[in-house]
Amino acid sequence: MTLSSERMQELQAIAQQVRVDIVSMVHAAKCGHPGGPLGMADFMTVLFMEHLNLNAENLNDLGRDRFVLGNGHTCAGYYALLAAKNLIPHEELLTFRKLGSRLQGHPHRTPEMGIDFSTGSLGTGLSAAAGMALGARLNGTTAHVYCTSSDGDSQEGQIWEAATSAAHFELSNLTVIVDFNNIQIDGKMRDIMNVRDLRAKYDAFGWNAIDVDGHDMVALDQVFSETRNASKPTAIIAHTIIGKGVGFMEDKSSWHGVAPDDDQLAVALAGLGAPG
Amino acid sequence: MTLSPPLATGEVKKVATRAAYGEALLALGGLRDDVVVFDADLSGSTKTKAFGQAYPDRFFNFGVAEANMMGTAAGLASLGQQVVFASSFAMFATGKAWEQLRQCVCVPNLNVKVCATHAGLTVGEDGKSHQMLEDITLMRAIPNMKVIVPADAIEARAAVLAAVDIPGPVYIRLSRASTRVILGDDYRFELGRGNVLREGTDLAICACGVEVAEALDAAELLFAKGIDARVINLSTIDPMDEELVATAARECGAILTVEEHQIRGGLGDAVAQAVVKHCPVPMDMVGMDGEFGQSGPPSDLLTHYGLDANGIAARAQKLLQRKG
Ligand SMILES: Cc1ncc(C[n+]2csc(CCOP(=O)(O)OP(=O)(O)O)c2C)c(N)n1
Repeated sequence: MTLSSERMQELQAIAQQVRVDIVSMVHAAKCGHPGGPLGMADFMTVLFMEHLNLNAENLNDLGRDRFVLGNGHTCAGYYALLAAKNLIPHEELLTFRKLGSRLQGHPHRTPEMGIDFSTGSLGTGLSAAAGMALGARLNGTTAHVYCTSSDGDSQEGQIWEAATSAAHFELSNLTVIVDFNNIQIDGKMRDIMNVRDLRAKYDAFGWNAIDVDGHDMVALDQVFSETRNASKPTAIIAHTIIGKGVGFMEDKSSWHGVAPDDDQLAVALAGLGAPG
Repeated sequence: MTLSPPLATGEVKKVATRAAYGEALLALGGLRDDVVVFDADLSGSTKTKAFGQAYPDRFFNFGVAEANMMGTAAGLASLGQQVVFASSFAMFATGKAWEQLRQCVCVPNLNVKVCATHAGLTVGEDGKSHQMLEDITLMRAIPNMKVIVPADAIEARAAVLAAVDIPGPVYIRLSRASTRVILGDDYRFELGRGNVLREGTDLAICACGVEVAEALDAAELLFAKGIDARVINLSTIDPMDEELVATAARECGAILTVEEHQIRGGLGDAVAQAVVKHCPVPMDMVGMDGEFGQSGPPSDLLTHYGLDANGIAARAQKLLQRKG
């Protein structure tokens, strides 16, 4: 089923709100990572609002879907979507990174708010997600497991150990979405350590691998629909622009991990059509 | 008794030990063309970037692949022509690559200097996934690995410059946060030698890293209460300055250790081994007691976990009640 244009508008509005939340949270914390999650906002919104079977009612169901944020530093957007799904109060977002907050600088497994796994150390997410996919099969549930990764995350060897074993164990209930923005901390990924063609790599590892424009919500919705019926684990290589939606952050590694100041926040919010 | 090194005087300066590392590395690059630097997509944060810009032919960025970086460092060092300085955050340098450090660097005893930044709670807001509190344990457990935790920027610079001539593997633990410079400019680092920074005979506070400044402040608080604490900077955890520790135990009769690290396996354990061996006295250990950290500003975290001067002073007073 394709998305109605009405629903598409709603999703775009949610993605825009997620972006507003991301810059507001990182600004309030005076530190954190705005760039990555801004680039991921479109595919995360489609995934969380249309495909990930996780909500306040089914939190405790063994058979519900699972989600692992493999690139844990991008958690501002993840938390914003948990708020969009009413799993946490929207006001709580501004406690991000503060002492005593549930919204830690990198996700900490907190089942009561729908955070299924602790991440932050790159390379670890996909194995954990594969373990959940294996568990879903052992437990006889139809849960699908979604995991995010990134071009930088793909430099870790463990990712390729996970890719090998997930294909070997035929974990067709596992989907990885790679935030491929060609940016990492030290600069452009292709200059720092080129991971090359990830679609071809995952394909060679025995996955159902697809390139997609990470900002095309219609295409993303289509791809997510297909992965649920795949016969192999699926890798969605989502080509994104870091900082998307905030002009001065777009395609800049310098916005990987710094907070906007007051003036920059105002410009960002204005650009996102939000009241400052 | 080892003589106190001259302490910093005048205006209080705050510098991160990672910044001192970056400067020392850049200086080494000019002095020695056998120095090669490896990093794993954190060169801006670990401060190896300046070396990389000055000596691009001797700088290699591995991307986010710490295990591969350490394994490659071992292979390069095995030829015996280069000294490799390999950097990442302490979490990933020692955590991701522990086995490469054990099997490939320490078993063959190779010339790899692991300079790891962002150690401990003072990483701050990144939280528990990045607050490495077990690296001293992991590193001192491996034969051949020398473990150094500089107290401030002066000592960090001195330790890095010394490390290039220390044969075999060396681990240097560095911090993200800017911390007070406590040692004088002419401080001389010597591997395996601790320093008495303040005389006292009621108890000895042995500290390392950012906790040395907190221990000095705690000693001031204690002094106001009539307690005379000796403060010792034990920047080399391995090899431990057993003689200095034994003397402190004999002369003070009680020892408190302070570290921004788990007490299991860290400085506290290393000092306890020396104390038990040479002169058992009442001891207590200030550090993380079997829990992970959390997000928050560095100084708030030190206070929250009892690792600031007040927390240390309180524990010192408790310890003194056990002194015969
Ligand atoms: C194992 C590990 N090594 C290093 C880091 C520090 N780190 C955090 S994000 C990052 C770069 C990751 O690249 P990518 O996810 O592509 O960055 P983005 O596109 O979000 O800027 C690094 C090196 C980490 N979190 N984990």
